[in-house]
Amino acid sequence: MTVKVRVARSARRGPARFLEGVAAERLISISSPIFLLLVWEAVGRFGLVDVRFFPPPTAIADTFARLVSSGELWSNTVTSLGRIVIGFLIGAVPGLILGVVMGLSRFVRAALNPMVGALYPIPKSAILPLLLLVFGLGEASKYAIVASGVFFLVLLNTAAGVLSIEPVYLDVGRNFGASRLQTFVTIALPGALPLIFTGIRLAWGIALVLIVVGEIFASQSGLGYLINNAYQTFQIEKMYAGLIVMSVIGYASFLLLDELQRWLVPWRGSRAV
Amino acid sequence: MTEGARVAVRHLGMRFALQGRPLVALEDVNLQVREGEFCCIVGPSGCGKSTLLRILAGLERQSSGEVHIEVRDPAKPLTAMVFQEQSIFPWMTVEQNVGYGLRMRGVHASVRKRVVGHYLDKVGLAHFAGAYPHQLSGGMKQRASVARAFATDPEILLMDEPFASVDEQTRALLQEELLRVWEGERKTVVYITHSIDEALVLGDRVVVMSARPGRVKAEIDVALPRPRSVYELKSTAQFAELVARVWEPLRREVLASYGELAS
Repeated sequence: MTVKVRVARSARRGPARFLEGVAAERLISISSPIFLLLVWEAVGRFGLVDVRFFPPPTAIADTFARLVSSGELWSNTVTSLGRIVIGFLIGAVPGLILGVVMGLSRFVRAALNPMVGALYPIPKSAILPLLLLVFGLGEASKYAIVASGVFFLVLLNTAAGVLSIEPVYLDVGRNFGASRLQTFVTIALPGALPLIFTGIRLAWGIALVLIVVGEIFASQSGLGYLINNAYQTFQIEKMYAGLIVMSVIGYASFLLLDELQRWLVPWRGSRAV
Repeated sequence: MTEGARVAVRHLGMRFALQGRPLVALEDVNLQVREGEFCCIVGPSGCGKSTLLRILAGLERQSSGEVHIEVRDPAKPLTAMVFQEQSIFPWMTVEQNVGYGLRMRGVHASVRKRVVGHYLDKVGLAHFAGAYPHQLSGGMKQRASVARAFATDPEILLMDEPFASVDEQTRALLQEELLRVWEGERKTVVYITHSIDEALVLGDRVVVMSARPGRVKAEIDVALPRPRSVYELKSTAQFAELVARVWEPLRREVLASYGELAS
């Protein structure tokens, strides 16, 4: 017993003893990317890497500022975000409803499982040509590619979420006389919500990938187009500016999803249910 | 049918198919519960006592025989069940959980709030109305579950080993609380337990079920005075004698159920 305490104490005499725990972590988290940027800048300046492919951060920042002030970056970002959100909703809402029904009904599950099983594994980027044929080169095909990826992830996770609900909760609903709709709203949906959120997070990630694919291949606007167009016209700094925006969108949207989850699934608390 | 029987179970049989093999869970069960009676059912594990309760709750349909529950007030729900496992919804606050049955029956929010408040008070959860179940102990969760069942004011209360998974001290407290709430209302209760002590502390009558297939083996009247105090009761000679009377028929059934497991 005493030995254990001693070991625990001696472990605290680490290198960051003067900077206790959290403060030290924060300092490291902030300084490490700055250090990386400095190295990047230096190796570019000293000609250690080809600046045509790896322009130094200051050059990218210049281009970034120019693209922001011209409005080019902003308009393409808004275009892409709009497509992601609309495509996401077109895929997620039916996926959610059908997923709950699939989870609750053995017969619906038996009817839909073969189709879902066959269609889900097809990489959605592979059906882009088909979607372009069907929906044309306009906005509809961008919504469709995003929705096709989102739909299956939300559907499968929602169905799994409903199936994972303890049977006793459904018994409680029956014993207390819950109607079908009440069962859906008060038990199936909230009970599946933690897994639904997992599906939404995965689907959002896929949506970001698919919109870029769609815009690279068949669009004259959006961040995917901006990145691809910069590449083709050899404006490499501009390409990096596009990548930075993608990174920020990804990071910010996952923070938002975290917040949304805290708000919609308050019972998850700090302890697992 | 006997006069005054609130619940009458006649020639009840239940067969399942377990991995393709037929399994007789209940066979020719006959049971009557009087109005306002606290009826405890004990029996060896796997004797079908939970199945019997689920049939009474309308969660399963029997294979043969009949169940008759006399309806006195059609406006009330027929049964409300307290389940063995944790059954209060993790996604609802304590208050929402206790009010669930009322909400399903379309009871107005203001009435609901009053009734829920009353029962939260009775089971000592008034300060936890807004808490989520993950913030509660096992005993508190079962208190909420009991309150939820009482709140709907059912014709019959069904309880399936509600305190089986809490520690012994908490169980004694919960039993006292249940007695206090029940003695105020004198609802008809069918209570499943595997504990002889619990059955005698709570019940007006103890029904002993046989090993599978479940049948009614013996019925013992518990003529202990009410209101009862759990700890005082257990130290009386009368209690010890009752334990022996229940244990006698039960012992053989428990041994029989071991025999079945061994074969």
